[in-house]
Amino acid sequence: MTEAVNQPDQPETLVGGEKDLFSKFDSLIQMRTDLLSTGVTDPFGMVMERVVSPTVAICNGRETILLGTYNYMGMTFDPDVIAAGKQALDDFGSGTTGSRVLNGTYAGHKAVEQALCDFYAMDHAMVFSTGYQANLGIISTIAGKGDYIILDIDSHASIWDGCKMGDAEVVPFKHNDIEAMEKRLRRIPEGAGKLVILEGVYSMMGDIAPLKEMIAVAKKYGAMVLVDEAHSMGFIGPNGRGVAEDQGCLDDVDFVIGTFSKSVGTVGGFCVSNHPKFEIMRLVCRPYVFTASLPPSVVATAATSIRKLMDGKAKREHLWENSKVLHKGLTDAGFQLGTESPQSAIIAVIMPDLERGAAMWEALLHEGLYVNLARPPATPANMTLLRCSLCAEHSAEQVQQIIGMFTRAGKAVGILG
Amino acid sequence: MDREETSARIAALIEPFNKKGVAVTDATRFTDDLEFDSLTVMDFVAAIEDEFDIIISMNAQAEIENYGQLVDAVVKLQG
Ligand SMILES: Cc1ncc(COP(=O)(O)O)c(C=O)c1O
Repeated sequence: MTEAVNQPDQPETLVGGEKDLFSKFDSLIQMRTDLLSTGVTDPFGMVMERVVSPTVAICNGRETILLGTYNYMGMTFDPDVIAAGKQALDDFGSGTTGSRVLNGTYAGHKAVEQALCDFYAMDHAMVFSTGYQANLGIISTIAGKGDYIILDIDSHASIWDGCKMGDAEVVPFKHNDIEAMEKRLRRIPEGAGKLVILEGVYSMMGDIAPLKEMIAVAKKYGAMVLVDEAHSMGFIGPNGRGVAEDQGCLDDVDFVIGTFSKSVGTVGGFCVSNHPKFEIMRLVCRPYVFTASLPPSVVATAATSIRKLMDGKAKREHLWENSKVLHKGLTDAGFQLGTESPQSAIIAVIMPDLERGAAMWEALLHEGLYVNLARPPATPANMTLLRCSLCAEHSAEQVQQIIGMFTRAGKAVGILG
Repeated sequence: MDREETSARIAALIEPFNKKGVAVTDATRFTDDLEFDSLTVMDFVAAIEDEFDIIISMNAQAEIENYGQLVDAVVKLQG
């Protein structure tokens, strides 16, 4: 160190620096440097200074409409939810400091699991510290050596990581392609255990899966079925149970994975199931056992929110209306969207490339609108997307404002003619 | 099916994915030489799976870096 200071005439370290364990990130570092050198605000470094409501925050000193937070049902500021959290803080303290299987199961954890059983009308519910851990834990634990996991290629990172953590053979198929899925199921050796993993709503493009057909095929080949309904809970289906409920095939789903970090409006993850032996998971699932449980205030807010979502029919209808209006408005303005018709509360706006995507993202921020920038390699077909997620608390006026902001920004950046 | 025939059939399948017309030998690497990205890999693997009616799991794919290893794997998977 001191040596370097004493040798000012030595050439500076070359770009990329000495080769070490971080060298594998050089191309990503370069990509970020290039992007930021164009002068755009870092799309992955935004700070919300104040949150006014589920749909408005102060970002960089500016009042900003939130259109990329997955806060679908706007429960984050619900007075009953907040009151339940405060009460739990007072009664049970700030944290459990323990695993669910040791000292980390409080009355509130049991209560939220009961709320989930009631919400889904299922026998068992197991709450994890995040949805990521729910996928990680359930998938890696139930599919073991010699078993086969058949999954959609566009699956969420937590599903892929769950596959990687386990010992099963992992076989992906083309997105939403029923025939490709069936071919792979057909080729699995006789007698091997099979787990098919699907999502209700795919969060990148906002499209839904043909679950009814796919689950029928999976069952024909004797596979168990896990469906991640992270982006549909509370919103899709007559009771908000998700896409499987909407398509009338929830009874054939063996495991539903969900999260508290979207419609429920807090943090946490879960798996619900009717499997008679499901409770054994609590002892064998490592991401459940070897981590601390959720704080009492979190499970209290989650339980209150879930119970309120059970009769959220009016909110669900307004959210659908918002999705339809925004989808039509953006299509009419000339934007290319991820789906031809609105299928969920996610609307993906396809950008021509990362540069213009980042410029558009920034132009929208200047207009006072926050959306999610999604870029390769996290996106299907290496697209750059501006992902919009609507909220039941967005007013009709806000949706019109949003369409105006998109149109102005699109023209300024040169994406719209 | 012997190795030679398997190799010939895979060579035919690789054609549409070999955008740069790289001369393929057993040592040709999919990522480094043919510059396959993850999407191309998926389509290419699907084409081989359909041709030979086999499954090449991700676990098996992880062991395959070059063309020769792929041919060997397909020969083995056909049993
Ligand atoms: C499909 C899907 N599954 C799981 C998760 C993980 O949820 P959590 O935020 O609770 O970890 C997410 C979102 O982050 C998701 O989009």
